[in-house]
Amino acid sequence: MKYIKDVVTLKLDDSKCIGCQMCVNVCPHSVFVMDNKKAKIVDRDSCMECGACAKNCPTQAITVKSGVGCAAGIINGILKGTEPSCDCTGHSGSSCCG
Amino acid sequence: MPAITKVNSRLSLFDRFGAMMVRLSFNRSDYAVEPGLYALNNPTPESPVFVSANYKLSFDIVRSSLLGFGAWLLVLDTKGVNVWCAAGKGTFGTAELVNRIKLTELDKVVSHRKVISPQLGATGIAAHEVASLSGFQVIYGPVRAEDLPAFIHDNFKVSKEMRRVRFNLKDRLTLVPVEVVHYSKYLFLLLFFFLLLSYLFKVDPWLAVINLVVAYLFGTALGPALLPAIPGRSFAMKGALLGLAGLIFTVSRLALFDQLAWVLLMPTISSYLLMNFTGSSTYTSLSGVQKEMRLAVPLQIAGLIIGILLYIVARLIK
Repeated sequence: MKYIKDVVTLKLDDSKCIGCQMCVNVCPHSVFVMDNKKAKIVDRDSCMECGACAKNCPTQAITVKSGVGCAAGIINGILKGTEPSCDCTGHSGSSCCG
Repeated sequence: MPAITKVNSRLSLFDRFGAMMVRLSFNRSDYAVEPGLYALNNPTPESPVFVSANYKLSFDIVRSSLLGFGAWLLVLDTKGVNVWCAAGKGTFGTAELVNRIKLTELDKVVSHRKVISPQLGATGIAAHEVASLSGFQVIYGPVRAEDLPAFIHDNFKVSKEMRRVRFNLKDRLTLVPVEVVHYSKYLFLLLFFFLLLSYLFKVDPWLAVINLVVAYLFGTALGPALLPAIPGRSFAMKGALLGLAGLIFTVSRLALFDQLAWVLLMPTISSYLLMNFTGSSTYTSLSGVQKEMRLAVPLQIAGLIIGILLYIVARLIK
């Protein structure tokens, strides 16, 4: 399944990449592959901006503005004046995170 | 050394009933187990350590997947939230993992220095930081607990297929009961409002009731079920198309102004509901959802207001 094209904020600085493969290991949508001992983005539009790759990159070669891809979370954020967040812990929590 | 609770892989009738209730959206936010270290099926110091959340559904899926296999379960305090959501919030994260390794004195329980985290925990955990702070190496296991036996059998190697998040029909249908129950307050509010209008204008409410229920079920049940088959990429757009299709049940019995009113109202309702399914889906990005909402939300607000006005006009000119 493909979502909206050309919107994601994922960036890879391959001069910083040390080829540790962690991004390939943690990405749930096979956005990265290893190419000549360096990571390479091969399917940017499948990125869901979860941030796992950037979090596990030991050299900060990857940046992405991560957050919840969740309409209820975005509405929550606008109403509370915060970043988008699906507050699933509250009893009136949104339905994201099923 | 802190106490270690012994558990096995069998799910009791009570566990199964609890899981069913959670799937039906009851008691979802209060289904937790105590954080700490659990000994599953009599493990040895060499047995692997699997990290999990203290959401009982997560815990039960992991231990039942490891049928008869001796392992340690390190349950983090995620406030009763599942791995994926807790990782997004950071409660399933580096600090809590390091803290829990220390609290449970894991280094005295096991002879190795490895912990296996579900891959979806990687949003909250930085493996290199855990290694430098605790001395334990984080290995990311499969996305789904059901793949754990194959992962173990294959010498703790994750196949490409095990890494991928999917969203097949069964996955989507599992979410339908939660969707249908969760948004029902909006349905009851709309039903109440239209029944009130019908009472004020002394008209038969049934066509309105049918349209509202159809738009609701199309947005919460049919939409998730048919998701990849509906044209478009934006969920709001997919929902609007479904809502429009839902008009087929009553359109021949509606007068012109009513047709116009429902042409706006039904897509608005289904569109809003299916747009909210982005949160349950496994492939939408924040940037993408923001983009579709910038267009969809103003249209939904306009559709609702103009639709209701047209419905009232239709009653007045009768």
